[in-house]
Amino acid sequence: MKQKPTLQSTLKALLYLAPALIILGVFNIYPIIKSFLMSFYTDYDYFKDIVHEYGFDNFMFIFNDSEFWVAMKNTFIFVLGVVPMSILLSLGIAILLNSKIKFRGIFRSIYFLPFVTSVVAVSIVWRWIYHTDYGLFNYFLGLFGVDPIQWLTDPQWAMPALIIMSIWKGLGYNIIIFLAGLQNIDQQYYLAAQMDGARPWKRFLHMTVPMLSPTTFFVSIVAIINSFKVFDEIFALFNGKPGPAYSAQTIVYYIYEKFYNEWEFGIASAAAYILFIIIFIFTLVQLYIGKRRVTY
Amino acid sequence: MQKAALSKGFIYLILILGSALMLLPFIWMVSTSLKSAGEVMRMPPVWIPSDLKWENYAIAWEMAPFARYTLNSLIVTILSTIGELLTTILAAYAFSRIHFYGRDIVFAVLLGTMMVPGEVLLIPNFVTLSNLGWIDQYEALIVPWLASIFSIFLLRQYFLGIPQELSYAAKMDGCSNFRFLWTIMVPLAKPALITIALLKAIGSWNAFLWPLIVTQSKEMRTLPVGLTSFSTEAGTVYELLMAASTMIILPMIILYLILQKYIIEGVSKAGIKG
Repeated sequence: MKQKPTLQSTLKALLYLAPALIILGVFNIYPIIKSFLMSFYTDYDYFKDIVHEYGFDNFMFIFNDSEFWVAMKNTFIFVLGVVPMSILLSLGIAILLNSKIKFRGIFRSIYFLPFVTSVVAVSIVWRWIYHTDYGLFNYFLGLFGVDPIQWLTDPQWAMPALIIMSIWKGLGYNIIIFLAGLQNIDQQYYLAAQMDGARPWKRFLHMTVPMLSPTTFFVSIVAIINSFKVFDEIFALFNGKPGPAYSAQTIVYYIYEKFYNEWEFGIASAAAYILFIIIFIFTLVQLYIGKRRVTY
Repeated sequence: MQKAALSKGFIYLILILGSALMLLPFIWMVSTSLKSAGEVMRMPPVWIPSDLKWENYAIAWEMAPFARYTLNSLIVTILSTIGELLTTILAAYAFSRIHFYGRDIVFAVLLGTMMVPGEVLLIPNFVTLSNLGWIDQYEALIVPWLASIFSIFLLRQYFLGIPQELSYAAKMDGCSNFRFLWTIMVPLAKPALITIALLKAIGSWNAFLWPLIVTQSKEMRTLPVGLTSFSTEAGTVYELLMAASTMIILPMIILYLILQKYIIEGVSKAGIKG
């Protein structure tokens, strides 16, 4: 029963789509094009909205801006610090949660709790946890004889502080996705393997890990993309500064500073497009590998 | 047998330890929020304050216009959630049930734009809103968020799973398309709609960067933005900071505890479909 599109059905569809399309057109699709053009504005009068000249100056500026490279480096350190650790921990917890134990629901709810809470509020709580003299963290370290660390004021420790908090915040989301992936694995395989006498560790290594690989891959890509966009955590943890001595300045923070504090719209747009290209590459990799791996 | 019990004990041990680590910041937050100034700066840390200072909450609430921030957050969250549900239902219906020219192209373009990070949209949207005179107005906080491609995609998938025969039967009974959508499809799609609404409400309540950029006056700030400025003003008065943080986190935690089944399920479904 395949219907054919007609002029009448198209008009009707437009009526249904109009509210969504107007909003998405104005606030999603137009800005994508606009900020692409903006990144090439080299001589621009913001107040009159007149462009005098187009060119690659913004990109040239960025590539020669040491601050941008610091932001880039910090972002990569952040991604590398958060993603592998978060994947390992959440995979481990998800597997434990997937075994036949009591209070599974309660455990699951607790791990997920940070995900629903405000990043800003939670970062302010962590600021107190990281307090050099009266913070909980240094107190616990002190029990093991570690000298107090200046988590938030020493440029060396600012990034680890940010990473630890971010892992805590994102763990629950990853656990939930892993759990869903684990529950999609057909139990028949395990029964068969058990009958063949495969030990738990073997079953985990040769069955769970490969069968879970599409999920693991999905979780890593989402985690990488989200980590590239870190901002709220930094703003709140360091009280409106990108860490001591710019030690936690990331790409989005760079965009924010150029745009909001310095009103360099062209440069900010160019930096935003560089972020887009990085994310685009990761999305393509995901699509490519996803297609090859999903069928095992 | 003994070995199984041992490993089970090990599993519980790790899970309980992990849960404790997850909960510790929240416990520490609430505990600090009820301490006196002297107890806050005591080492080793005091876990249960000797004298519960509930007035910290009242003081924090009075120190900044938190009533106004809460009202703003409520208005923004409620209106953008309802608005998004409406636009999503209509659009998902068109994409799943009406055959029209260019449907696949329009849908593909929308899906394609999902790859673009929101940060790219920041600057042009700011310019558009200032041209409209909406900066520092509710419109700026709500209107750009009234539609979401991801929600349309999610609901369309759900609508596609509702048998076509239902609509033929309804049509025979003389039910209009529009009525069919609202009286039959929408109730059937309740799980998907609850998911969309909850994820939106959480996202909207916790949103930070956008409200930070488009609000200027104190009166227009939402809770997260208000909290950051409060944290600068309150400086190192941690008992007040923790009281304010608790007040902001609490509504979402209550919502979560009531609806956790839907939220967790929604996230795992939405996550896997990506």
